[in-house]
Amino acid sequence: MKEFIEGSMAVARGVAVCRPHVVSAYPITPQTHIVEHLSELVADGILDSQFINVESEFGAASVVLGAAAAGGRAFSATTSQGLLLMGEVLYNISGMRLPLVITVANRAVSAPINIWNDHSDAMVFRDAGWIMLFAEDNQEVHDMHIQAYKIGETREISLPVMVNMDGFILTHAYEPVDTISQKDADDFLPPFDPVVKLDVDNPLTMGPLGEPQWYLETRYRIQQAMLEAKPVVKQVAKEFKEKFGRWYGDVIDGYRMDDAEIVYVAMGSICGTIKDTIDELRDKGEKVGLLKIRMFRPFPGEEIIDALKDKQKVIVLEKALSLGASGMLSDEIKAAFYATPHRPEISSTFAGLGGRDISKTSLADLYHKVKGERQDNMFVDLKEELV
Amino acid sequence: MAEQAVKKKKKTKPPVTESLLAPGHRACAGCGEALGAKLVMDAAGPNTYVTTCTGCLEVFSTPYPESAWKMPWIHSLFENSSAVAAGIEAALIAQGRDKDVNIIAQGGDGGTADIGIGCLSGMLERGHNILYVCYDNEAYMNTGVQRSGLTPFDARTSTTPVGKRSMGNQTNKKNLPEIAAAHGIPYSATATVGYPNDVIRKVQKALKIKGPKFLQIHVPCPLGWIHPTDQTIEVAKLAVLTGLIPIFEMEDGKLTRVRKIGKNRKPVEEYLKAQGRFRHLFKGTPEAEAELEKVRQIAEANIEKYGLA
Ligand SMILES: Cc1ncc(C[n+]2csc(CCOP(=O)(O)OP(=O)(O)O)c2C)c(N)n1
Ligand SMILES: [Mg+2]
Repeated sequence: MKEFIEGSMAVARGVAVCRPHVVSAYPITPQTHIVEHLSELVADGILDSQFINVESEFGAASVVLGAAAAGGRAFSATTSQGLLLMGEVLYNISGMRLPLVITVANRAVSAPINIWNDHSDAMVFRDAGWIMLFAEDNQEVHDMHIQAYKIGETREISLPVMVNMDGFILTHAYEPVDTISQKDADDFLPPFDPVVKLDVDNPLTMGPLGEPQWYLETRYRIQQAMLEAKPVVKQVAKEFKEKFGRWYGDVIDGYRMDDAEIVYVAMGSICGTIKDTIDELRDKGEKVGLLKIRMFRPFPGEEIIDALKDKQKVIVLEKALSLGASGMLSDEIKAAFYATPHRPEISSTFAGLGGRDISKTSLADLYHKVKGERQDNMFVDLKEELV
Repeated sequence: MAEQAVKKKKKTKPPVTESLLAPGHRACAGCGEALGAKLVMDAAGPNTYVTTCTGCLEVFSTPYPESAWKMPWIHSLFENSSAVAAGIEAALIAQGRDKDVNIIAQGGDGGTADIGIGCLSGMLERGHNILYVCYDNEAYMNTGVQRSGLTPFDARTSTTPVGKRSMGNQTNKKNLPEIAAAHGIPYSATATVGYPNDVIRKVQKALKIKGPKFLQIHVPCPLGWIHPTDQTIEVAKLAVLTGLIPIFEMEDGKLTRVRKIGKNRKPVEEYLKAQGRFRHLFKGTPEAEAELEKVRQIAEANIEKYGLA
């Protein structure tokens, strides 16, 4: 059913039809509306979940960890400082192979304190053993949650999933969203059937001490599960399309890529603005396209190589960087190309940090600059007079 | 005749009590915490979910692939056993699996009183039906006897060393049972492995009460306190009999029961002398004597406050 709703409501509704047993969260802008909407659904008896208001994001992550360990489907949402505060628990959740879902309303990281969008928060946890998905718009983020549970709960995978959506740009935007009915959700997502769970009838120990003769293999197995998750993500996207008719690409998606010579690569809502820019550049005869990265972990290196190998130039546009190094996305794309005979020229650029608007003009200017020469660690729209 | 023979044979066997915390774990000889946990688990019974903070208890009981726990047990982090327990409770309720089961969250004094107090406070305040057990061995033992918020006055630890300008830890034990009680919870109590039957009674009593419960068990650590491994129970009893560790129960915020010392009261020196961590108090210098007097005052204040006399 098409409804005109806020992005946060799109998330809440997308989560609610997954019938989570436990929802636990702590308020932080711009995530607040997501959990407020969920608490309303619980209060109105529409969602039959245990909603636990906690004393911190650290507590929220720990509560959903415990819930998942007890065999429950669990959900939390946060952003920025809240995600950082969860950090220790995030590693613990993946280490224990607990397939829960956390939505991150991506926001910049303090200091200076800044509540607006970029991807600095999520990218911190790229090494934490979480499957990381990025949504472009509110329909996609609504649909992404049921996919996320299905992916993570696949028994061979058993890994947590982080659904990323741009703070404010998506969380607070009203758009028509085709919402999933409970019946369709139940058809698509089977009940959570965990590999292990805490149970008095079958007592087992979770989270033991892993000494050097055991620990290394736990990492190997998470790495394997990550690699195995890639075909599962693709399969789930396909199944979703068959059932609901909506498709966002599987792990990546292309826009006007066929004859493109120069290609933007980006994640999240900026892909919409880039598509508009591409249309305008195309009208002027420029052969330009977009490669949208829908899944950052596991890293879709082969798919990216395949999509970019015949292109001349690539503009990686990132909303985060590793201070003192470069962009995480551009670095990994470069690394993926290391062993290939043909590789495009790759520019790494940073834009929109701390919520700075990224205009079509800036994107078009960037295109022309890159067409001229390769850009390395370039800050788009940097105010020279301020630095 | 035959029957008698069988009976006789049985008698010669040592009594086998199947504990829910199995023997064979890696705790040090004389470990008060291992004893405390065994008492708690056996008092609670097998229908109990257990969460445990990082610390000695978790480390000595679960070196993969071994585990001493015969009940569903989880360790997540140093500071979150109460929040993990809250999540377990919520999931059990949501799945209709919460009938006739207990949930116990536990941790050491550091994991409970210091780094985990936020999660503990949240759990107590939200009203979960969980018993929290703090095993108080008065320092961060797992990392090598560093000071915690429950380290007693004048104790030498590895981060409150004794030196020319130091007489050891210069702060009093944080009053965690009263902090817990101040959350408006129905039951908060202290106990000690010096009196094992009291531990069992309190665990069973607490588990019959709905809502959040808090129990702090004093558990000597021979390694950290520096006393012979066969003196754990004696040392634990002396802590009580000197008035330094008051044993009490608070129900709905009110003090309802205390373990009286009465005529059995012992001078604090007996307790302090039994442990190497207080050795510097017996140098016979005026400074040492002044410190001893402060410890006597702590005991006096406890006896007065909790009516232990
Ligand atoms: C966040 C974090 N900080 C520090 C540690 C290191 N650490 C592990 S156990 C421990 C001490 C535990 O002390 P306590 O809670 O009193 O338990 P005990 O070992 O004395 O039983 C410390 C400091 C850790 N694991 N995690
Ligand atoms: Mg301790």
